[in-house]
Amino acid sequence: MTHPAPATFALKHTPLHALHLEMGARMAPFAGYDMPIQYVPGVLKEHLHTRAAAGLFDVSHMGQIALRPRSGRVADAAQALERLVPVDVMGLAPARQRYAVFTNGNGGIIDDLMIGQCEDRLALIVNAGRKDVDERHLRDALSDICAIDVLEDRALLALQGPAAPAVLARLAPSSASMRFMDIRTLSIAGASCLVSRSGYTGEDGFEISVPARDAEKLARTLLQDAAVALIGLGARDSLRTEAGLCLYGSDIDERTTPVEAALEWAMQKVRRRGGARAGNFPGADVVLEQLERGALRRRVGLKPRERTPVRAGVLLYADASASQPVGTVTSGTFGPSAAGPVAMGYVPTALSAPNTLLFADVRGNRLPVEVKELPFVPHRYKRT
Amino acid sequence: MLKFTQEHEWVRIEGDVATVGITQHAQERLGDLVFVELPEAGKSFEKGAAAAVVESVKAASEVYAPIGGVIVEANPAIVADPSLVNSDPMGAGWFFKLKLANRAEFDALLDEAAYKALLD
Repeated sequence: MTHPAPATFALKHTPLHALHLEMGARMAPFAGYDMPIQYVPGVLKEHLHTRAAAGLFDVSHMGQIALRPRSGRVADAAQALERLVPVDVMGLAPARQRYAVFTNGNGGIIDDLMIGQCEDRLALIVNAGRKDVDERHLRDALSDICAIDVLEDRALLALQGPAAPAVLARLAPSSASMRFMDIRTLSIAGASCLVSRSGYTGEDGFEISVPARDAEKLARTLLQDAAVALIGLGARDSLRTEAGLCLYGSDIDERTTPVEAALEWAMQKVRRRGGARAGNFPGADVVLEQLERGALRRRVGLKPRERTPVRAGVLLYADASASQPVGTVTSGTFGPSAAGPVAMGYVPTALSAPNTLLFADVRGNRLPVEVKELPFVPHRYKRT
Repeated sequence: MLKFTQEHEWVRIEGDVATVGITQHAQERLGDLVFVELPEAGKSFEKGAAAAVVESVKAASEVYAPIGGVIVEANPAIVADPSLVNSDPMGAGWFFKLKLANRAEFDALLDEAAYKALLD
């Protein structure tokens, strides 16, 4: 046996799989799912369409987990979840959502997630590739207080872009009064949906959790609006990179802390030293120390001066001839809306100030890149 | 005479100079190009060596020298406007011209019928 049989395993399908094929999607495996990377227009046009009108993304591969407090009091679930995240969950108002990270004992990031406060439960959205790890982590830590319900029977659609509010308002008028990070149950095209005004593109828009059986009908209803086009994971990646948002597994992982990842904004005062509920999450000693004194390295935006895209894995040098790299690019693409290459990566904190000049080694050439504040394309969230 | 490679390049020969580009199929697979890097005139390549780079939003791909030779000219128009490769891959979107090292390498490439059969 010199040639082992190729590994075969069944890719999972989202409830919109048949629609993707019908729409001419180019499919590829992603986190165990057969997912649409792009449709007929291609990544560049899909990206620009999202920023100009509205993009509809199937993100049903992501994990949806409900934490239901055994006591019936959602505050008990919030208090319990604070054991795992350096985030103010107890202070999360009803019908509001907040970004968080699960930390490990070293302060590394097990996953990043959204936490929504929904009357009787907390609604979590986690990354597809970390679903199983997160579920185990939650069961180990919170089963005394919460029932942990992984919702396999729901799809997740994201409607993103400047036309998204008008599109959704035609189907669910009360969505118009939602602000960024509000989360509500709405009836859309006859389906009972959990809708948050949030997303992963930097644009205004919504993420819509819908029962799997209603997902295709909802997607087709949204697509009837001329402003709406299906957008694949390729454009999702270039959109989030321009928006300076982290991709788990690329920009953050178990070896990066939330301070190194420049996610201090996600850690509210009440969980920091001197706060009423300081610490008491995994790796708190490391993270709280870094919050006060800074970390040795930091995630920054990187803007190449030339046209050459600088992609993940490219090494960064302090000058054009240095032999030892000082950092690594973790995400990089051509940004269609930035009209040039954009990247993110880790550099020593001493080299993390905006406008610091570094050199990226691309195919043996040292190309100048500048540290830049994120995002590359301004966020357009509905904050007021 | 026009020939093709299994790597989806086309090669048109005039005298001992070959013009090289990528095929319609290749540009469709790559998607909208946003960056092209071409070799400098005078540089020589063995058959199969990476000679140019094309990048879409998503990824970088190499374009190989379909035959060995010395670069005599690269097409600055596609560096200035990579979308030319998408809109006119067999014409204005050509990549580079090289002086043949060995005519037999050209003769061994696929003719149009063989290339079309490869796509089916």
